[in-house]
Amino acid sequence: MISEHLVDLSRLQFAATAMYHFLFVPLTLGMVWLLVIMESVYVMTGKVVYKDMTRFWGKLFGINFALGVTTGITLEFQFGTNWAYYSHYVGDIFGAPLAIEGLMAFFLESTFIGLFFFGWDRLSKPQHLLVTILMAVGTNLSALWILIANGWMQNPVGAEFNFETMRMELTDFWAVVFNPDAQAKFVHTVSAGYVTGAMFVLSVSAWYLLKGRDVEFAKRSFRIAAAFGLASVCSVIVLGDESGYTVGEAQQTKMAALEAMWETEPAPAPFNLVAWPNEAEQKNDWAVQIPWVMGLIGTRSVSKEIPGIAEIKEKNHHRIVSGIEAVKALERLRADRGDADARATFDAHKADLGFGLLLRRYTENVDSATPEMIAKAVDSTIPRVTPMFWGFRLMVGIGFLMLALFAIAAWYTVKGKCAHKAWLLKWALWSLPLPWIACELGWFVAEYGRQPWTIYGVLPTHLSVSTLSVGSLYGSLAGFIGFYTVLLIVEVYLMVRFARLGPGSLGTGRYDSDAIAH
Amino acid sequence: MFDYETLKLIWWLLVGVLLVGFAIMDGHDMGVGTLLPFVGRSDIERRVVINTVGPHWDGNQVWFITGGGAIFAAWPLIYATAFSGFYWAMLAVLWALFFRPVGFDYRSKLQNPTWRRTWDWGLFVGGTVPPIIFGVAFGNLLQGVPFHFNSLLVPYYTGSFWQLLNPFALLCGVVSSAMLVFHGGIYLAHRTEEPLAARARAAVYGAGTVMLLGFAAAGFWVAHLDGYAITSTIDPNALPNPAAKEVVRHAGAWLSNYQKAPLTMLVPALAFAGGVLAMLLTRAGRTGLAFIASSIAIVGVIGTAGVSMFPFLMPSSSDPNHSLTVWDSVSSHLTLGIMLWATLIFMPLIIFYTGWAYRVMRGKVTVERIKRDEHSAY
Repeated sequence: MISEHLVDLSRLQFAATAMYHFLFVPLTLGMVWLLVIMESVYVMTGKVVYKDMTRFWGKLFGINFALGVTTGITLEFQFGTNWAYYSHYVGDIFGAPLAIEGLMAFFLESTFIGLFFFGWDRLSKPQHLLVTILMAVGTNLSALWILIANGWMQNPVGAEFNFETMRMELTDFWAVVFNPDAQAKFVHTVSAGYVTGAMFVLSVSAWYLLKGRDVEFAKRSFRIAAAFGLASVCSVIVLGDESGYTVGEAQQTKMAALEAMWETEPAPAPFNLVAWPNEAEQKNDWAVQIPWVMGLIGTRSVSKEIPGIAEIKEKNHHRIVSGIEAVKALERLRADRGDADARATFDAHKADLGFGLLLRRYTENVDSATPEMIAKAVDSTIPRVTPMFWGFRLMVGIGFLMLALFAIAAWYTVKGKCAHKAWLLKWALWSLPLPWIACELGWFVAEYGRQPWTIYGVLPTHLSVSTLSVGSLYGSLAGFIGFYTVLLIVEVYLMVRFARLGPGSLGTGRYDSDAIAH
Repeated sequence: MFDYETLKLIWWLLVGVLLVGFAIMDGHDMGVGTLLPFVGRSDIERRVVINTVGPHWDGNQVWFITGGGAIFAAWPLIYATAFSGFYWAMLAVLWALFFRPVGFDYRSKLQNPTWRRTWDWGLFVGGTVPPIIFGVAFGNLLQGVPFHFNSLLVPYYTGSFWQLLNPFALLCGVVSSAMLVFHGGIYLAHRTEEPLAARARAAVYGAGTVMLLGFAAAGFWVAHLDGYAITSTIDPNALPNPAAKEVVRHAGAWLSNYQKAPLTMLVPALAFAGGVLAMLLTRAGRTGLAFIASSIAIVGVIGTAGVSMFPFLMPSSSDPNHSLTVWDSVSSHLTLGIMLWATLIFMPLIIFYTGWAYRVMRGKVTVERIKRDEHSAY
């Protein structure tokens, strides 16, 4: 049996390295379009301040990008190093979007980022703008393919289990690409990135304005960030991930958990604005509810029901019992591929194979699973409600807070008064960490909410790990923590230093801050 | 369009192409990383060295990422078994690679000499450790690696990290490292002026000699090494099942492909011809052509490992029947087909725009150029 300890450490390592990587990715996704906007204005108007804006914000973009690249390789390695059975079991489907990401997107982004930094004197204005645009397109396509891969983990469409090769195999590539879950995730995630980029430029510009430094440069940056941020934050909220929550069972389970819906309510379900989930008794100790809202958000209708946790568990219980038959038949088939009787049983219960495999966490021999083990497995199919419920609410709350900020910032910048509103500038400055908190919470809700599965309904997390020693995991985890701590200190130091130096760090002699920089 | 057998063979070639592409493109800037502290003796000289690859290292590194992705997609069992089995070796590669993006981008952002020297050695580590470990990994693949599968195809690796560091594998590590220093040295000689170019040329002759001698020595060694051979009949069109064949080990088995198809002897010959030619061209001052010749040498060296082992990819020393081969480590017919199309569409585009990027940045990197671009150069 695979030790719980090994599984926990493998999960911890993946979560730590993925969430760390996700500190840098959203900023890249958003800032790259701000660079495109700034440079487009430069090419259209010929005003050199826009070129300086592109170059200065580009410098900060580069400092962030370097760590994005560094920490991204870790994730690609980690499927193989720490999730070997996962890699074998679903590599036929999951590997393809990762490889296509490299071919279609990452090459584009990485080749043109070099020309973005080094090509200013060697390319014509439109050529350089084209380079910047291609870099932006590459970055966003990269997110698309990664989220197609991730979307498939939530809603595994277009694939089928093959007992002869003992793995999932692709049956419909386009179903994987156009997985509604993946598409919803893509829009939501890149929009969140755009908000992060906008908030970064808005906050740093607000700081210059508060200091009264490089005011023209800062006002223009502030304006672009406010407009882009407002559009993006609307997109995050309106095209929020919830629109995808009606597709597939993984998302239903996730929704029930993050809304703390213990029982199935008659349609349209009420929305728990705040509640105190009680895991032990499987109910909310108290809740402030708004009638109808949940049903409307979740199903876009007044008549469809949203299954509550109790109903989902009931269904999962049946699937686990049926899954036991599938696992038994599979074992017979692995021993004798011509066993027609086993084949027939297997085909009848194949859809529940993953649920049967959940029992492997408690017993090597699934056939001998006791009712207690089955009950435990049923319980494990629902992620813990409290962290989901509060994680989600915090993320949404931050989203609306940022909507207010961007709306007001856009309003005053249109009126040309933003530079004089100290309260607004301070608000913008202190809001800097918000998008990162929201992004990490979003990641947490999506990935923790899929537990106990790596591939929902197909492969339990417990079985996905590599057969490594616990000692190896402690060692590698310590190594990652050490490297990542040092890298973070260095990155933040440089980021703060260059943000403080301001556009004077370009050495053009056109800025107040030239005096500080030299 | 293609039958399963053909696609399995095409993917063996394509993964080879990606590995060779990685060695040629990312390899030259890794070689430059190894040479950095020696060819560049002052801060400004080191900046010259770094800026020869500054605009390109990031794009080049994607050959590595895409190579990994392609192995995941085309040979999931290899990806799973090799990456988890070689756990600490993989982490060493990964952690060494950490120094590159930050080293390139952060080094010249501050004036402090200690800061800059530290990153110079970081870039040295990032350019030196991965090629050595890749060589060591190939050396171990040639000897077989202790692993087996259970009936549900869960891979178990039963060796240790230290076991990987055996004499033959270390020799392969030396060949791999020398090959990329050789290749990177030629690139550096092409892109810099004297006296840096002269130092780079000296490295080219040294590393080239080590590479050729080491490669020859490994060749003789392989003849006495236990190779692997399939003794049961194989249906190349069958669904992949790594436990369904019989394999024996015997000395000299890795040379049998050359006896069966003597034309394949051209592959190791390319390594020698390319290596010698590259040194002669460097001597004649034709460094651009020398770079092509050293690229051919890389095709020869990596190709030799591939051809010698074919159809094996990762033989198992503890349970030879479970060895992974081109026939039984692959993805489904459909996935191999789709991935082939994706490669055929995007690879020419990648080569086209990479070529354009090098063309835009062409010419020698000089001390004057760095001084002029003080604030934007690496």
